[in-house]
Amino acid sequence: MTPRARMVGFLFAGAGFAALMFWGLVGLPDFGHYHWPYGNALNAIATPERHTTNVVGATVFDYRGLDTLGEEFILFASVVGVALLLRKDDQARVPPDVVRSDPIRALGVLGVLLLFVLGLWVVAFGIVTPGGGFQGGVALAGAFLLVYVVGGYRQYHELLPHSPLEMTEAAGAGAFAVLGFVGLAYAGAYLGNFLGIGNAGSLYSGGSIPLLNWATGIEVCAALLVLFSEFLKVYMVPAAEWTPEKGPR
Amino acid sequence: MSFLPYALAGWIFVVGLYGVVSSRNLIHLALCLTVMQSGTYVLLLAIGYRNGTTAPIFRPSRHPAVDPVVQALTLTDIVVSVTVIALILALALGAHKESGSVNPEEIADFTG
Repeated sequence: MTPRARMVGFLFAGAGFAALMFWGLVGLPDFGHYHWPYGNALNAIATPERHTTNVVGATVFDYRGLDTLGEEFILFASVVGVALLLRKDDQARVPPDVVRSDPIRALGVLGVLLLFVLGLWVVAFGIVTPGGGFQGGVALAGAFLLVYVVGGYRQYHELLPHSPLEMTEAAGAGAFAVLGFVGLAYAGAYLGNFLGIGNAGSLYSGGSIPLLNWATGIEVCAALLVLFSEFLKVYMVPAAEWTPEKGPR
Repeated sequence: MSFLPYALAGWIFVVGLYGVVSSRNLIHLALCLTVMQSGTYVLLLAIGYRNGTTAPIFRPSRHPAVDPVVQALTLTDIVVSVTVIALILALALGAHKESGSVNPEEIADFTG
């Protein structure tokens, strides 16, 4: 099919699709007049029932925990897919770059520490304030990636060897599923909340939601780092071949 | 005017779709797919919005709030988007390695 024919086809199909979609969207309740019962019910019961002040977090990790389990494994499967696709690619290409500017390195080390603490904080307080395992996990992965930005591939690779990283990712995903079975044993339902709900607004609240937050945080952080590592590896000289010409030995 | 946020969601989706159809570069195509998916974030958040309310974060006294379910769904949506884009980029790398091109027009297996 020529690009021109495809464009003509798209214009017809796209116009029909847009018309149908806009027709459907017009049928939605007016913007700002939300009135569905499920969200209202969750807003009403989540804080009294679970002592979490962040209802989105309670929805993700408790009331809709099973959906999140599925999502965790979508994440896991995609990362495994990327690792499998790129694994064969062992070509040596661009030599690793090394940052030689001291101010950038100093600022970077500060940034690594700040991002790391921020990530831990976002995961830990996901039950109280906006945040949680997904968001905090990304911040933690950012902290480690900053090591690559301000140091170089060698420092990054030494800090995060590949196979422990993959095992950590699998452990994070597995921990979520295992916590579900603990819920089954102690709370009578898969992913049931099996811990004391504690005091609302404190670190000790939400029952098993913080545990699921940490499992997710670890998985998301490790998953993103596996992705970074795989994509970086495509452009890097394998460690065994590092020489003065090819790499920073 | 109350329809405008939904129209915006639809617009973002269709613009992304146009990008996918007209793309001459697999990396560009992947980014257009994220644009399409961004339309779904806007739609989800717009559906859950209620005038004059704030985020469903209670401390711990209650107040009217927007729908937490669509916010949780948006979170899921973003995570899935990121991982799928990573997978597509890995496939693009593979296609480039096989055929030496990232242009779908020039990759023999892509014609059809």
